[in-house]
Amino acid sequence: MTLTLGHFLSLGAMLFALSVIGIFLNRKNLIVLLMAIELMLLAVNMNFVAFSHYLGDMHGQIFVFFILTVAAAESAIGLALLVLLFRNKSNINVDELNSLKG
Amino acid sequence: MDVKTGLFYLFAAVLLFAAFRVITSRNPVYAALYLVLAFFQASAIWLLLRAEFLAISLVLVYVGAVMVLFLFVVMMLDIDVDGLREGFWKHFPLAAGIGALIALEMAAVLMGGFRLGEGPRAMATTSPNSSNTLELGKLLYSEYLYPLEIAAVILLVAIIAAIALTLRTRKDSKYVNPSDQVRVKARDRVRIVQMPVTRAAEPVVEAPAADAAAKENKA
Repeated sequence: MTLTLGHFLSLGAMLFALSVIGIFLNRKNLIVLLMAIELMLLAVNMNFVAFSHYLGDMHGQIFVFFILTVAAAESAIGLALLVLLFRNKSNINVDELNSLKG
Repeated sequence: MDVKTGLFYLFAAVLLFAAFRVITSRNPVYAALYLVLAFFQASAIWLLLRAEFLAISLVLVYVGAVMVLFLFVVMMLDIDVDGLREGFWKHFPLAAGIGALIALEMAAVLMGGFRLGEGPRAMATTSPNSSNTLELGKLLYSEYLYPLEIAAVILLVAIIAAIALTLRTRKDSKYVNPSDQVRVKARDRVRIVQMPVTRAAEPVVEAPAADAAAKENKA
């Protein structure tokens, strides 16, 4: 039994489903939400790399490279916002982010 | 079942376990550490797929930079974990439903759509001896040069945004504003005071002391 594309796509799908479950479970904790988003990007990258390998096309790996860049920028800015939020409100509860409500 | 398949199942099992612990662990520090484990396993799986450069850069970029940043922030903030865990199990039925729905959708797509042949196709451009990094670099610096520069600008914007967001001036620290320091004039620092000219001091009368000395000499 050799590895097929289906193995890797199933792994990516399971990882993506797990991180969606994580977003619903930890909907108050902003840090775990950011981690679940990182897991989702990892699942998508897994699909890209698997397709790139099994289709014999290098462009998929280039796309993963750019996704890594954008994900690093996103997490840096997200964590900066988190620190700012904690400094102003003394907690990171998503439910209390309602100061724009008027 | 060959060795590669066994290794894939091992890495995939550890990866899914680590992802499960990331979303369920009580302490965010443990969640971050399990996420590090998940990235290592994903990197190993990418090595099985012969994407060596991306596997190494995943470890370097994510484990080396992003997860260290996560750990730093998690340890710096004093988070009330129990307050954030309220309603964790209340949302569980909805979460399980959505997760099962997504898994079913993806299974349907996988079963129906993708019937690729067994085994990987060889890269169209690669010779057997060329390395993954070389091929990636050739594409990246020729066809994708413009997107690469945009990616560099995105990283620069991220650096500036992160610093500008978290920068604050402490009220209890003493510092000198360099702009004021450079633009200072001499008249701001030295004040010329006009004072009346002092007269010469009058000679001091030392009569009593001289008298006392004279008396002692006589004695």
